Amino acid sequence: MFNWLSQVVSVTHVNLRSIPERRGAVLAAAVGIAGVVAVFVGVLSIAEGFRAAMKVTGSPDVAIVLRKSADTEMTSGLGRDETRLVSDAPGIARDTNGPLTSAELFVIINLPKRSTGSDANVPFRGLSSAAMAVRGDVKVIEGRPWTPGRNEVIVGVGAAREFAGLDVGKKIRIGQNDWEVVGIFSGGGGAGESEIWTDAAVLQPAYHRGDSFQSVYVKLASAGDFDKFNDALTTNPQLKVKVVRQEEFLADQSSMLTRFIERIGFFIAAMMALGAIFGALNTMYSAISARTREIATLRALGFGAGPVVLSVMLESLAIALVGGAFGALVAYFAFNGFKTSTINWQTFSQIAFAFRVTPPLLIGGVMWAVLIGLIGGLFPALRAARLPIAAALREL
Amino acid sequence: MKYFALVWSSLKRKKTRTILTLLSIFVAFLLYGLLCAVKEAFTAGVTMAGANRLIVRHKVSLIMSLPVSYQQRMQNIPGVDSVVHFTWFNGIYQNEPKNFFGSFPFELEPFLKIYPEYTIPEDQKQAFLKTRNGAIVGRTLLNRFKWKIGDRISLVSPIWPNKSGGAWDFDIVGIFDAAKNKKNIDTSGFYFRYDYFDEGRSIGTGMVTWYAVSVKDPDKAESIAKAIDEEFANSPYETKAEPEGAFMQGFAQQIGDIGAILVGILSAVFFTILLVAGNTMSQSVRERIEELGVLKAMGFTNERVLALVLAESCLLTCVGGLIGLGAAWAFTSQGSPVPSMLPVFYLPVRYIGIGVGIVFALGLVAGIVPALQAMRLQIAVALRKNG
Repeated sequence: MFNWLSQVVSVTHVNLRSIPERRGAVLAAAVGIAGVVAVFVGVLSIAEGFRAAMKVTGSPDVAIVLRKSADTEMTSGLGRDETRLVSDAPGIARDTNGPLTSAELFVIINLPKRSTGSDANVPFRGLSSAAMAVRGDVKVIEGRPWTPGRNEVIVGVGAAREFAGLDVGKKIRIGQNDWEVVGIFSGGGGAGESEIWTDAAVLQPAYHRGDSFQSVYVKLASAGDFDKFNDALTTNPQLKVKVVRQEEFLADQSSMLTRFIERIGFFIAAMMALGAIFGALNTMYSAISARTREIATLRALGFGAGPVVLSVMLESLAIALVGGAFGALVAYFAFNGFKTSTINWQTFSQIAFAFRVTPPLLIGGVMWAVLIGLIGGLFPALRAARLPIAAALREL
Repeated sequence: MKYFALVWSSLKRKKTRTILTLLSIFVAFLLYGLLCAVKEAFTAGVTMAGANRLIVRHKVSLIMSLPVSYQQRMQNIPGVDSVVHFTWFNGIYQNEPKNFFGSFPFELEPFLKIYPEYTIPEDQKQAFLKTRNGAIVGRTLLNRFKWKIGDRISLVSPIWPNKSGGAWDFDIVGIFDAAKNKKNIDTSGFYFRYDYFDEGRSIGTGMVTWYAVSVKDPDKAESIAKAIDEEFANSPYETKAEPEGAFMQGFAQQIGDIGAILVGILSAVFFTILLVAGNTMSQSVRERIEELGVLKAMGFTNERVLALVLAESCLLTCVGGLIGLGAAWAFTSQGSPVPSMLPVFYLPVRYIGIGVGIVFALGLVAGIVPALQAMRLQIAVALRKNG
């Protein structure tokens, strides 16, 4: 056994030391593999970042009430009476001002992007006074909250970064009204940071919405009260509504885009991997054919077929790992934290987010590299082991 | 041509390597073709925009409605030819959001005047005008759900509740096809009569989402757009009118960097694969220096050796590249793999042309360095090389 191992080590050692002589081919294979990993990690980091932006920072006790047939806030609509009935339902958390519910309005306005100056659909939300208490994690990090009844807005950090004119102290003109930006906030659950917020009572007349809303955000007494709350609303004959947990709602709203990007990512990486496998195979085949005589000599000296196979595989793996690690690094530095915004067709509005290169993505990328290295080494290794010794020794 | 056998046999010299190189070139060009189709899909609206068409929407954003009475007022603006309105219906089929497609109440006659690239047989047109709840379905959409004329479809709209409180029923009476020679037409829409819709909805009557306006003289499109916006300035429903191309471009730009990044990544992939393949091809020539020396010793001129080596690398890239482009073309002509995200999906001929150009460029670039080496080769040196 020891002998077998030392054979593997010495043949591998010889292989690795001969790499500089074949640096062109080895480099091409490594670059190919680095490309696969960089592409895989890069594309999926878009989906990761988007998913992270849509995630709520943690409260499973927030529920959203929409009109029954609606799947987004945009297509939903609720009258004042309905929102009152919702607030009276059991299972809702309360503070000194009453139940923690916020009837909200959701519209889209067009603002230019800072980066390109082209129009973007920016979500504009009108909230009730309890909104901050319902969400729990909202912090005004610059300026102050809006004053009820006035045309004042606060903007999410993502929106402030991506869209022109959203600086504290500036005014934005929407339709026939001017709105003053008085603060910038962080938190607010998922897409919140991409939104502009104001008092619902001011937004309603500005948008000819009469006394109607689109959704009610509810803080439940505890996460376990969801069923009680849901049953009370869905069995109430005066209401035609549905209740969803905020977490599930947001996950659902991001599903179409993340799935699309993930599919594209896997597809591109798979194609690229095919190309890289061909490159790796070529490199290893030519490595072996250049060393036909050396391998045959080793075999004639008594080295077994096993150590030869293993050493070729190890060499291929080493090239793949170096290439893969390099690709992962490139992807990390090129993509991690890259900030941008895109349109989420499901909500027809922009969402600001940053690409995220996560450790599982990096590991996934290196796994691809290992796979390519294994496949790229296996067939040439088998050929090397099957070389007829006598014929190979005679080869020029 | 008489040297074809020679080129061929040098490709057969190492079959495995030739096949692997071919395959990687094939993959690269397949990817290139798909990349072009995706890029085209992202910008499809821009290329199919008509120069004589304007899109008029609410100034604040597309989700806000405009009064239907604007149709008549715009019709009276000098230079305006026809006006048609559309409303975003957001119909959901079989209660399954995955079945999403665009559905719009509209008026057929002005639509056909403004969008001549859509065609419908005369009898279907008459049937639509006679059937109150008639619907016209684009060919792509019809194929997607395997519908046929005479089918009854019911849609639920979360935005527009029906007065009866239930779903909206439609009878399919017609099919929109793209006019001949028009490939990039989005026929994934579902259209039905505005009067049926307006009488049936319980809220928002008399409001529409956007207008398409055709102008008599495309050169005056910009000034007519301005005239339209001025007509409605300071009203509760101010408009934003812009040429269709600009509107579509704005729409495409909403995707932002993501589209550009995807295209960038795909291009990087393409060129990396080319690099790997090109390197392999150069290497295979370098290994044969000695044989090339023999050819020269037999009396082949420098130029002929150069041509032979270049012919070999071009042959290799052509076979791999053209099959790859062909496969991409075959794949894209199957229709879109994700009709809900990319309704228009095809490979434009100009990209195939560019692809063929890249195929030859690759053959030349990969072959030129070793070919020059081979040309400048001194016979004696070459023959001694392995000795």
